[in-house]
Amino acid sequence: MHARKPARDDNETGVPASVPEVPEGTRAVLDGNEINRALTRIAHEVLERTKGGQDVTLLGIPSRGVPLAERLARRIERVEDLDVPAGSLDITMYRDDLRLAPARALGRTEIPAGGLDDRVVVLVDDVLFSGRTVRAALDALGDLGRPRAVQLAVLVDRGHRELPIRADYVGKNLPTSLRESVTVQLEETDGLDAVLLGPSPSATLKEGTRPGSLQRSETTEGDT
Amino acid sequence: MRHLLSAGDLSRDEATLILDTAGELAQVGDRSVKKLPTLRGRTVVNLFYEDSTRTRTSFELAAKRLSADVINFSAKGSSVSKGESLKDTALTLQAMGADGVVIRHSASGAPHRLANWIDGSVLNAGDGTHEHPTQALLDAFTMRARLGRLEGLRVAVVGDILHSRVARSNVLLLTTLGAHVTVVAPPTLMPVSVHTWPCQVSYHLDEVLPESDVVMMLRVQAERMHDSFFPSVREYSRNYGLDRERLNRMPGDAIVMHPGPMVRGMEISAEVADSPRCTVTEQVANGVSLRMAVLYLLLGGS
Repeated sequence: MHARKPARDDNETGVPASVPEVPEGTRAVLDGNEINRALTRIAHEVLERTKGGQDVTLLGIPSRGVPLAERLARRIERVEDLDVPAGSLDITMYRDDLRLAPARALGRTEIPAGGLDDRVVVLVDDVLFSGRTVRAALDALGDLGRPRAVQLAVLVDRGHRELPIRADYVGKNLPTSLRESVTVQLEETDGLDAVLLGPSPSATLKEGTRPGSLQRSETTEGDT
Repeated sequence: MRHLLSAGDLSRDEATLILDTAGELAQVGDRSVKKLPTLRGRTVVNLFYEDSTRTRTSFELAAKRLSADVINFSAKGSSVSKGESLKDTALTLQAMGADGVVIRHSASGAPHRLANWIDGSVLNAGDGTHEHPTQALLDAFTMRARLGRLEGLRVAVVGDILHSRVARSNVLLLTTLGAHVTVVAPPTLMPVSVHTWPCQVSYHLDEVLPESDVVMMLRVQAERMHDSFFPSVREYSRNYGLDRERLNRMPGDAIVMHPGPMVRGMEISAEVADSPRCTVTEQVANGVSLRMAVLYLLLGGS
């Protein structure tokens, strides 16, 4: 079992915090503190790579990418005393698997005032998987403006790319099997911070095939 | 959801999903590239047996903004004028591979028949004096955008209820969404079965006005009238027309809606039609986003 430290305020009870919340068969690979450290490191890396982060705009991909982008923006502001615009970019209408499932509800798209032209746009998502979400996000960006550069930050890279896409900033490289699912939980959306690794619920159903969009949308929203 | 035939078929969740989706898609109109690739390779046929400018162009623009291929098919200048039946026309469209058919027809129930004959989705764009669900949806969307809510809203629908498909669809949809609807008309322009509708009925506009958050004025549909339903335009306008004086008796934040086309001087005075509290042009703009949402939800998935 992975070493886990109680990350939250229930330290005084002495009960390991994540035990009651982790569903059976899954284990936490990152706890709240580790997620925080990863985001802090990514914030510094963004500042380094963009030479001070003057033109950076962060765009989170719904749903979990949006709070991650917000957190990154706050961290960069804390480090460099710099106002970093953060927004969200919904990619539903650009997906390549729309016809495989009933029509999905749309997420929010909020482009920060000032637009994207000549900005360095950093896309932020929770899990990088097939790369198809990022492909869709690049298409969506093309219709919204012309950034000077586009970079990608993810909390977890679980491998198994289906497209020639790679992340510029990675919180944790997590080698996984296709029969596993990676779930990112965040304070803002789920009430606590954790990255969980568990069996894919549909692994028995679709054994040997790539986890398609259908099951992905139901299990781990962040699988990209 | 496979077809959109009646506003009454929509559950509260479905209707809310359509309104929320339309809210997101409204942003597309503000972008430099006003187009989404979502319906690329899909074909939408606009099958219009009745004259229409607003609804047809609105559906056409909505489909094009979603990158669908659009075919406009109007009764005039087509095989329909040579005597082809609705069924044969439908089978022709089917053979051409239409994924969605937007139909307006003078016969109530025509879209329901069509839905039995073809595999694609059928969208009712107005059938006879029966229903016009996308109009009701865009009206609900406009109310929600202006007033922030639908639950508990008091809506008066005023005018030619008898011939109005907009009235029926609005009553059904708004009731589903939690609003309280009152239809107001002279007794001659009230449908016989109006007591079966989930709404209040009144014959006196002046009694309803002070208690309405939304007043929706309807056009008197002279083209559907084969009898005389009221003595004179002047008398109708006196009793059921909305002018400045009546507008002042409405609550301060109440809005005036009209599905268009307006007949100024008849059901609505020019002064009211041009006031900022009248949402006619907003309704048209919202119509495109709303129809994009409906097309996406019907044709976008599997």
